[in-house]
Amino acid sequence: MLDGLKITDLTLSRGDRCLIDGLSVDLSAGQAQALSGANGAGKSSLLRAIAGFIRPNGGQIAFLSGAELLDADEVRRTHLHLTGHLEGLKATRTARQELMFQCRFLKGSEEAMQAAVERLHLEPLLDLETRRLSAGQKRRLSMARLVSAPRALWLLDEPLAPLDSQWRERIGHLMQDHLARGGMMIAAVHDPLPFDARSLDLGGRA
Amino acid sequence: MNSLLGLFRRELALAWGGGGGPLLACGFMLCFAAMLPLAIGGDPVALAPMASGAAWVALAVASLLSLERLFERDLEDGSLDILALGPVPLEAVVVVKALAQWLANGVPLAVMAPLVALALGQDAGLVGMTGLTALIGGLGFAFTGALAATLALGAKRGGVLIAVIVLPLFIPPVVFGAGGLARAANDQPVGPAVALLGAYVLFALVIAPFAGAAAIRNAQS
Repeated sequence: MLDGLKITDLTLSRGDRCLIDGLSVDLSAGQAQALSGANGAGKSSLLRAIAGFIRPNGGQIAFLSGAELLDADEVRRTHLHLTGHLEGLKATRTARQELMFQCRFLKGSEEAMQAAVERLHLEPLLDLETRRLSAGQKRRLSMARLVSAPRALWLLDEPLAPLDSQWRERIGHLMQDHLARGGMMIAAVHDPLPFDARSLDLGGRA
Repeated sequence: MNSLLGLFRRELALAWGGGGGPLLACGFMLCFAAMLPLAIGGDPVALAPMASGAAWVALAVASLLSLERLFERDLEDGSLDILALGPVPLEAVVVVKALAQWLANGVPLAVMAPLVALALGQDAGLVGMTGLTALIGGLGFAFTGALAATLALGAKRGGVLIAVIVLPLFIPPVVFGAGGLARAANDQPVGPAVALLGAYVLFALVIAPFAGAAAIRNAQS
Protein backbone atom coordinates (compact mmCIF):
# COMPACT_ATOMS: atom_id res chain seq x y z
CA MET A 1 0.00 0.00 0.00
CA LEU A 2 1.38 3.36 -1.04
CA ASP A 3 1.64 5.73 1.93
CA GLY A 4 4.49 8.07 1.12
CA LEU A 5 5.93 10.13 -1.68
CA LYS A 6 9.41 11.58 -1.48
CA ILE A 7 10.61 13.94 -4.18
CA THR A 8 14.28 14.82 -3.79
CA ASP A 9 16.18 17.56 -5.60
CA LEU A 10 14.00 17.31 -8.71
CA THR A 11 15.02 19.15 -11.86
CA LEU A 12 12.59 19.37 -14.74
CA SER A 13 12.87 21.14 -18.06
CA ARG A 14 10.74 21.38 -21.16
CA GLY A 15 12.79 21.98 -24.27
CA ASP A 16 15.55 24.42 -23.33
CA ARG A 17 13.59 25.96 -20.49
CA CYS A 18 14.33 24.86 -16.94
CA LEU A 19 10.97 24.78 -15.10
CA ILE A 20 11.85 23.28 -11.76
CA ASP A 21 15.29 23.26 -10.18
CA GLY A 22 16.11 21.37 -7.00
CA LEU A 23 12.57 20.79 -5.73
CA SER A 24 12.05 18.54 -2.71
CA VAL A 25 8.63 17.52 -1.42
CA ASP A 26 7.64 14.97 1.21
CA LEU A 27 4.13 13.66 1.40
CA SER A 28 2.75 11.02 3.71
CA ALA A 29 -0.63 9.39 4.21
CA GLY A 30 -3.40 11.88 4.85
CA GLN A 31 -1.51 14.89 3.54
CA ALA A 32 -2.33 17.25 0.71
CA GLN A 33 0.05 19.53 -1.14
CA ALA A 34 -1.19 22.48 -3.15
CA LEU A 35 1.04 23.76 -5.95
CA SER A 36 0.62 27.34 -7.00
CA GLY A 37 2.51 29.50 -9.47
CA ALA A 38 2.03 31.45 -12.66
CA ASN A 39 0.84 29.89 -15.91
CA GLY A 40 3.76 27.94 -17.32
CA ALA A 41 5.57 27.69 -13.98
CA GLY A 42 5.65 23.90 -14.29
CA LYS A 43 2.72 22.78 -12.13
CA SER A 44 1.22 20.47 -14.74
CA SER A 45 4.67 19.24 -15.80
CA LEU A 46 5.47 18.33 -12.21
CA LEU A 47 2.23 16.35 -11.91
CA ARG A 48 2.95 14.59 -15.20
CA ALA A 49 6.49 13.82 -14.05
CA ILE A 50 5.16 12.20 -10.87
CA ALA A 51 2.70 10.23 -13.00
CA GLY A 52 5.64 8.98 -15.06
CA PHE A 53 4.88 10.74 -18.33
CA ILE A 54 7.83 13.14 -18.22
CA ARG A 55 11.32 12.00 -17.36
CA PRO A 56 13.00 14.40 -14.90
CA ASN A 57 16.42 15.78 -15.80
CA GLY A 58 17.66 15.09 -12.32
CA GLY A 59 16.62 14.12 -8.82
CA GLN A 60 14.35 11.36 -7.61
CA ILE A 61 10.68 10.57 -7.24
CA ALA A 62 10.29 7.76 -4.75
CA PHE A 63 7.04 6.00 -3.83
CA LEU A 64 7.11 4.49 -0.37
CA SER A 65 5.20 1.93 1.63
CA GLY A 66 6.44 2.50 5.16
CA ALA A 67 10.21 2.48 4.71
CA GLU A 68 10.04 0.20 1.69
CA LEU A 69 10.60 1.62 -1.80
CA LEU A 70 7.88 0.62 -4.26
CA ASP A 71 8.35 -0.05 -7.97
CA ALA A 72 7.42 3.18 -9.75
CA ASP A 73 5.81 1.49 -12.77
CA GLU A 74 3.68 -0.66 -10.49
CA VAL A 75 2.59 2.42 -8.52
CA ARG A 76 1.64 4.22 -11.72
CA ARG A 77 -0.45 1.29 -12.85
CA THR A 78 -2.36 0.74 -9.64
CA HIS A 79 -1.83 3.42 -7.00
CA LEU A 80 -2.29 6.84 -8.53
CA HIS A 81 -4.85 8.88 -10.44
CA LEU A 82 -4.11 11.89 -12.63
CA THR A 83 -6.79 14.33 -13.75
CA GLY A 84 -5.92 17.15 -16.09
CA HIS A 85 -7.60 19.70 -18.28
CA LEU A 86 -8.64 16.87 -20.59
CA GLU A 87 -11.27 14.65 -19.06
CA GLY A 88 -10.67 11.54 -21.18
CA LEU A 89 -14.33 11.26 -22.20
CA LYS A 90 -15.58 10.20 -25.63
CA ALA A 91 -18.00 12.81 -26.97
CA THR A 92 -20.44 10.35 -28.55
CA ARG A 93 -20.73 7.99 -25.58
CA THR A 94 -23.00 8.49 -22.62
CA ALA A 95 -21.72 9.44 -19.19
CA ARG A 96 -22.86 6.04 -17.93
CA GLN A 97 -20.94 4.15 -20.64
CA GLU A 98 -17.79 6.14 -20.00
CA LEU A 99 -17.95 5.90 -16.22
CA MET A 100 -18.63 2.16 -16.38
CA PHE A 101 -15.74 1.68 -18.80
CA GLN A 102 -13.32 3.68 -16.65
CA CYS A 103 -14.43 1.94 -13.48
CA ARG A 104 -14.01 -1.48 -15.07
CA PHE A 105 -10.73 -0.65 -16.81
CA LEU A 106 -9.21 0.72 -13.60
CA LYS A 107 -10.50 -2.25 -11.58
CA GLY A 108 -12.96 -0.28 -9.49
CA SER A 109 -16.06 -1.81 -7.93
CA GLU A 110 -19.72 -1.51 -8.82
CA GLU A 111 -20.57 -0.39 -5.26
CA ALA A 112 -17.92 2.32 -5.26
CA MET A 113 -19.24 3.55 -8.60
CA GLN A 114 -22.80 3.70 -7.26
CA ALA A 115 -21.56 5.63 -4.25
CA ALA A 116 -19.69 8.03 -6.54
CA VAL A 117 -22.78 8.59 -8.68
CA GLU A 118 -24.84 9.45 -5.59
CA ARG A 119 -22.17 11.58 -3.99
CA LEU A 120 -21.57 13.61 -7.14
CA HIS A 121 -25.27 13.79 -8.10
CA LEU A 122 -24.58 12.25 -11.49
CA GLU A 123 -27.79 10.22 -11.85
CA PRO A 124 -29.62 12.79 -14.04
CA LEU A 125 -26.55 13.10 -16.30
CA LEU A 126 -25.81 9.42 -16.84
CA ASP A 127 -27.83 8.96 -20.01
CA LEU A 128 -26.54 12.09 -21.72
CA GLU A 129 -23.77 11.96 -24.29
CA THR A 130 -20.69 13.50 -22.71
CA ARG A 131 -20.54 16.25 -25.36
CA ARG A 132 -23.82 17.59 -23.87
CA LEU A 133 -22.21 18.05 -20.45
CA SER A 134 -20.83 21.36 -19.22
CA ALA A 135 -17.20 21.69 -18.15
CA GLY A 136 -18.21 21.47 -14.49
CA GLN A 137 -20.36 18.39 -15.07
CA LYS A 138 -17.49 16.70 -16.92
CA ARG A 139 -15.20 17.46 -14.01
CA ARG A 140 -17.67 15.84 -11.61
CA LEU A 141 -17.67 12.78 -13.87
CA SER A 142 -13.86 12.72 -13.71
CA MET A 143 -13.96 12.89 -9.93
CA ALA A 144 -16.40 9.95 -10.00
CA ARG A 145 -13.66 7.94 -11.70
CA LEU A 146 -11.36 8.64 -8.75
CA VAL A 147 -13.99 7.52 -6.26
CA SER A 148 -15.06 4.45 -8.28
CA ALA A 149 -11.54 3.02 -8.46
CA PRO A 150 -9.92 4.08 -5.19
CA ARG A 151 -6.18 4.76 -5.43
CA ALA A 152 -3.95 6.26 -2.78
CA LEU A 153 -2.39 9.20 -4.61
CA TRP A 154 -4.46 11.80 -6.45
CA LEU A 155 -2.63 14.15 -8.82
CA LEU A 156 -5.10 16.87 -9.72
CA ASP A 157 -4.50 19.64 -12.22
CA GLU A 158 -6.74 22.59 -11.32
CA PRO A 159 -9.47 20.29 -10.02
CA LEU A 160 -11.85 23.04 -8.95
CA ALA A 161 -11.43 25.45 -11.86
CA PRO A 162 -14.62 24.65 -13.84
CA LEU A 163 -16.83 24.19 -10.78
CA ASP A 164 -19.33 26.58 -9.19
CA SER A 165 -18.91 27.60 -5.55
CA GLN A 166 -21.31 24.96 -4.25
CA TRP A 167 -19.49 22.16 -6.03
CA ARG A 168 -16.08 23.51 -5.05
CA GLU A 169 -17.11 23.04 -1.47
CA ARG A 170 -18.54 19.56 -2.07
CA ILE A 171 -15.48 18.36 -4.00
CA GLY A 172 -13.41 19.87 -1.18
CA HIS A 173 -15.25 17.56 1.25
CA LEU A 174 -14.62 14.65 -1.12
CA MET A 175 -10.89 15.42 -1.08
CA GLN A 176 -10.88 15.66 2.72
CA ASP A 177 -12.59 12.26 2.96
CA HIS A 178 -9.91 10.83 0.69
CA LEU A 179 -7.20 12.25 2.96
CA ALA A 180 -9.00 11.04 6.07
CA ARG A 181 -8.88 7.49 4.68
CA GLY A 182 -5.10 7.79 4.43
CA GLY A 183 -4.98 9.04 0.85
CA MET A 184 -2.57 11.63 -0.49
CA MET A 185 -3.14 14.46 -2.89
CA ILE A 186 -1.12 16.94 -4.90
CA ALA A 187 -3.16 19.63 -6.62
CA ALA A 188 -2.09 22.37 -8.98
CA VAL A 189 -4.27 25.36 -8.12
CA HIS A 190 -4.71 29.04 -8.80
CA ASP A 191 -7.15 29.60 -5.93
CA PRO A 192 -6.45 28.06 -2.52
CA LEU A 193 -8.02 24.67 -1.77
CA PRO A 194 -11.21 24.93 0.33
CA PHE A 195 -9.47 23.33 3.34
CA ASP A 196 -6.15 23.65 5.12
CA ALA A 197 -3.33 22.23 3.03
CA ARG A 198 0.37 22.89 2.64
CA SER A 199 1.10 25.13 -0.26
CA LEU A 200 4.16 25.40 -2.45
CA ASP A 201 4.72 28.28 -4.83
CA LEU A 202 6.59 27.33 -7.99
CA GLY A 203 6.93 31.00 -8.85
CA GLY A 204 7.31 31.82 -12.51
CA ARG A 205 5.80 35.30 -12.17
CA ALA A 206 7.50 38.08 -14.07
CA MET B 1 -8.49 -9.43 -18.25
CA ASN B 2 -11.65 -7.55 -17.35
CA SER B 3 -9.85 -4.30 -18.06
CA LEU B 4 -8.92 -5.41 -21.57
CA LEU B 5 -12.38 -6.80 -22.28
CA GLY B 6 -13.91 -3.47 -21.27
CA LEU B 7 -11.46 -1.61 -23.48
CA PHE B 8 -12.17 -3.96 -26.39
CA ARG B 9 -15.91 -3.35 -26.14
CA ARG B 10 -15.43 0.40 -25.98
CA GLU B 11 -13.05 0.38 -28.93
CA LEU B 12 -15.41 -1.75 -30.95
CA ALA B 13 -18.30 0.61 -30.20
CA LEU B 14 -16.20 3.62 -31.18
CA ALA B 15 -14.85 2.00 -34.36
CA TRP B 16 -18.29 0.73 -35.34
CA GLY B 17 -20.21 3.90 -34.62
CA GLY B 18 -17.78 6.80 -34.83
CA GLY B 19 -17.55 8.75 -38.07
CA GLY B 20 -19.42 6.31 -40.27
CA GLY B 21 -17.51 3.28 -39.06
CA PRO B 22 -17.04 0.43 -41.52
CA LEU B 23 -19.63 1.88 -43.91
CA LEU B 24 -17.19 4.61 -44.80
CA ALA B 25 -14.36 2.21 -45.60
CA CYS B 26 -16.65 -0.13 -47.55
CA GLY B 27 -18.17 2.76 -49.50
CA PHE B 28 -14.70 4.00 -50.31
CA MET B 29 -13.73 0.56 -51.59
CA LEU B 30 -16.82 0.40 -53.81
CA CYS B 31 -16.11 3.85 -55.28
CA PHE B 32 -12.54 2.79 -55.99
CA ALA B 33 -13.76 -0.33 -57.79
CA ALA B 34 -16.37 1.61 -59.74
CA MET B 35 -13.78 4.12 -60.94
CA LEU B 36 -11.42 1.51 -62.36
CA PRO B 37 -13.51 0.40 -65.37
CA LEU B 38 -14.39 4.04 -66.02
CA ALA B 39 -10.71 4.92 -66.17
CA ILE B 40 -9.36 2.00 -68.15
CA GLY B 41 -12.41 0.88 -70.12
CA GLY B 42 -15.06 -1.72 -69.44
CA ASP B 43 -13.59 -4.50 -71.59
CA PRO B 44 -13.82 -7.68 -69.47
CA VAL B 45 -10.75 -9.14 -71.20
CA ALA B 46 -8.65 -6.21 -69.97
CA LEU B 47 -10.26 -5.98 -66.52
CA ALA B 48 -10.43 -9.61 -65.44
CA PRO B 49 -6.67 -10.22 -65.11
CA MET B 50 -6.26 -7.21 -62.84
CA ALA B 51 -9.38 -7.83 -60.71
CA SER B 52 -7.55 -9.55 -57.83
CA GLY B 53 -4.79 -6.97 -57.76
CA ALA B 54 -7.28 -4.09 -57.87
CA ALA B 55 -9.24 -5.58 -54.99
CA TRP B 56 -6.06 -5.81 -52.93
CA VAL B 57 -5.03 -2.23 -53.66
CA ALA B 58 -8.53 -1.08 -52.75
CA LEU B 59 -8.32 -3.09 -49.54
CA ALA B 60 -4.99 -1.52 -48.59
CA VAL B 61 -6.12 2.04 -49.26
CA ALA B 62 -9.51 1.59 -47.57
CA SER B 63 -7.73 0.20 -44.49
CA LEU B 64 -6.02 3.56 -44.08
CA LEU B 65 -9.16 5.58 -43.60
CA SER B 66 -9.91 5.22 -39.93
CA LEU B 67 -6.36 4.99 -38.64
CA GLU B 68 -6.17 8.62 -37.59
CA ARG B 69 -9.04 8.05 -35.17
CA LEU B 70 -7.30 5.10 -33.57
CA PHE B 71 -4.86 6.91 -31.24
CA GLU B 72 -4.93 10.61 -32.11
CA ARG B 73 -8.44 11.13 -30.65
CA ASP B 74 -7.34 9.43 -27.44
CA LEU B 75 -4.39 11.78 -27.15
CA GLU B 76 -6.56 14.82 -27.87
CA ASP B 77 -9.29 14.01 -25.37
CA GLY B 78 -7.04 12.69 -22.59
CA SER B 79 -8.17 9.05 -22.78
CA LEU B 80 -4.62 7.95 -23.54
CA ASP B 81 -3.47 9.19 -20.11
CA ILE B 82 -6.11 7.08 -18.41
CA LEU B 83 -5.18 4.06 -20.53
CA ALA B 84 -1.50 4.56 -19.67
CA LEU B 85 -2.27 4.69 -15.93
CA GLY B 86 -4.43 1.57 -16.07
CA PRO B 87 -3.47 -1.82 -14.67
CA VAL B 88 -2.55 -3.29 -18.07
CA PRO B 89 0.64 -2.54 -20.02
CA LEU B 90 0.41 -0.15 -22.96
CA GLU B 91 1.51 -2.96 -25.27
CA ALA B 92 -1.72 -4.81 -24.46
CA VAL B 93 -3.70 -1.62 -25.07
CA VAL B 94 -2.19 -1.41 -28.57
CA VAL B 95 -3.07 -5.06 -29.26
CA VAL B 96 -6.66 -4.60 -28.11
CA LYS B 97 -7.15 -1.44 -30.15
CA ALA B 98 -5.65 -3.03 -33.28
CA LEU B 99 -7.83 -6.14 -32.87
CA ALA B 100 -10.97 -4.00 -32.50
CA GLN B 101 -9.90 -2.03 -35.58
CA TRP B 102 -9.56 -5.29 -37.51
CA LEU B 103 -12.92 -6.60 -36.36
CA ALA B 104 -14.79 -3.36 -37.08
CA ASN B 105 -13.02 -2.41 -40.33
CA GLY B 106 -10.84 -5.26 -41.59
CA VAL B 107 -13.51 -7.93 -41.46
CA PRO B 108 -16.19 -5.92 -43.32
CA LEU B 109 -13.56 -5.00 -45.91
CA ALA B 110 -12.56 -8.66 -46.25
CA VAL B 111 -16.21 -9.41 -47.00
CA MET B 112 -16.30 -6.64 -49.59
CA ALA B 113 -13.02 -7.58 -51.31
CA PRO B 114 -14.29 -10.71 -53.10
CA LEU B 115 -17.40 -8.83 -54.22
CA VAL B 116 -15.25 -6.07 -55.69
CA ALA B 117 -12.97 -8.59 -57.39
CA LEU B 118 -15.99 -10.47 -58.71
CA ALA B 119 -17.55 -7.29 -60.07
CA LEU B 120 -14.32 -6.56 -61.94
CA GLY B 121 -14.47 -9.98 -63.60
CA GLN B 122 -12.46 -12.27 -61.33
CA ASP B 123 -13.07 -16.00 -61.74
CA ALA B 124 -15.89 -17.02 -59.36
CA GLY B 125 -13.82 -19.94 -58.10
CA LEU B 126 -11.44 -17.52 -56.40
CA VAL B 127 -14.04 -15.89 -54.16
CA GLY B 128 -13.22 -17.94 -51.07
CA MET B 129 -9.48 -17.51 -51.52
CA THR B 130 -9.85 -13.75 -52.01
CA GLY B 131 -11.90 -13.39 -48.84
CA LEU B 132 -9.52 -15.53 -46.80
CA THR B 133 -6.35 -13.73 -47.88
CA ALA B 134 -8.07 -10.37 -47.35
CA LEU B 135 -9.02 -11.45 -43.85
CA ILE B 136 -5.45 -12.46 -43.01
CA GLY B 137 -3.92 -9.43 -44.74
CA GLY B 138 -6.41 -7.14 -43.02
CA LEU B 139 -5.08 -8.28 -39.64
CA GLY B 140 -1.60 -7.23 -40.78
CA PHE B 141 -2.97 -3.91 -42.04
CA ALA B 142 -4.62 -3.28 -38.66
CA PHE B 143 -1.39 -3.86 -36.72
CA THR B 144 1.02 -1.99 -39.02
CA GLY B 145 -1.65 0.71 -39.30
CA ALA B 146 -1.88 0.96 -35.52
CA LEU B 147 1.90 1.30 -35.34
CA ALA B 148 1.88 4.09 -37.91
CA ALA B 149 -0.95 5.81 -36.04
CA THR B 150 1.13 5.86 -32.85
CA LEU B 151 4.19 7.15 -34.71
CA ALA B 152 2.15 10.04 -36.11
CA LEU B 153 0.76 11.00 -32.67
CA GLY B 154 0.86 14.69 -31.99
CA ALA B 155 1.92 15.60 -35.53
CA LYS B 156 0.00 18.27 -37.36
CA ARG B 157 -2.02 16.75 -40.22
CA GLY B 158 -1.34 13.33 -38.73
CA GLY B 159 -3.67 11.61 -41.19
CA VAL B 160 -1.45 12.45 -44.14
CA LEU B 161 1.64 11.44 -42.20
CA ILE B 162 0.05 8.09 -41.34
CA ALA B 163 -0.60 7.45 -45.04
CA VAL B 164 3.01 8.24 -45.93
CA ILE B 165 4.36 5.99 -43.17
CA VAL B 166 1.98 3.15 -43.74
CA LEU B 167 1.62 2.76 -47.50
CA PRO B 168 5.19 1.48 -48.02
CA LEU B 169 4.60 -0.98 -45.17
CA PHE B 170 1.42 -2.17 -46.92
CA ILE B 171 3.32 -3.14 -50.09
CA PRO B 172 4.45 -6.64 -49.01
CA PRO B 173 0.98 -7.95 -48.11
CA VAL B 174 -0.42 -6.52 -51.34
CA VAL B 175 2.32 -8.29 -53.31
CA PHE B 176 1.84 -11.59 -51.47
CA GLY B 177 -1.97 -11.44 -51.38
CA ALA B 178 -2.54 -10.41 -54.98
CA GLY B 179 0.34 -12.64 -56.11
CA GLY B 180 -1.22 -15.64 -54.42
CA LEU B 181 -4.53 -14.99 -56.17
CA ALA B 182 -2.78 -14.61 -59.54
CA ARG B 183 -1.08 -17.96 -59.03
CA ALA B 184 -4.38 -19.56 -58.03
CA ALA B 185 -5.95 -18.20 -61.22
CA ASN B 186 -3.20 -19.96 -63.21
CA ASP B 187 -3.60 -23.22 -61.28
CA GLN B 188 -0.20 -22.81 -59.66
CA PRO B 189 0.42 -23.61 -55.97
CA VAL B 190 -0.56 -20.73 -53.66
CA GLY B 191 1.17 -22.07 -50.56
CA PRO B 192 4.33 -19.93 -50.71
CA ALA B 193 2.44 -16.67 -51.23
CA VAL B 194 -0.01 -17.36 -48.41
CA ALA B 195 2.85 -18.43 -46.15
CA LEU B 196 4.68 -15.17 -46.83
CA LEU B 197 1.49 -13.22 -46.18
CA GLY B 198 1.12 -15.09 -42.89
CA ALA B 199 4.74 -14.37 -42.01
CA TYR B 200 4.21 -10.66 -42.63
CA VAL B 201 1.14 -10.66 -40.39
CA LEU B 202 3.01 -12.48 -37.60
CA PHE B 203 5.85 -9.98 -37.89
CA ALA B 204 3.37 -7.10 -37.57
CA LEU B 205 1.68 -8.79 -34.59
CA VAL B 206 5.01 -8.99 -32.77
CA ILE B 207 6.51 -5.61 -33.65
CA ALA B 208 3.48 -3.29 -33.52
CA PRO B 209 2.62 -3.63 -29.80
CA PHE B 210 6.14 -2.89 -28.55
CA ALA B 211 7.01 -0.18 -31.04
CA GLY B 212 3.52 1.31 -30.72
CA ALA B 213 3.70 1.46 -26.92
CA ALA B 214 7.11 3.15 -27.13
CA ALA B 215 5.74 5.71 -29.59
CA ILE B 216 2.80 6.44 -27.27
CA ARG B 217 5.13 7.00 -24.30
CA ASN B 218 7.15 9.37 -26.43
CA ALA B 219 4.04 11.31 -27.47
CA GLN B 220 2.85 11.62 -23.88
CA SER B 221 6.10 13.06 -22.53
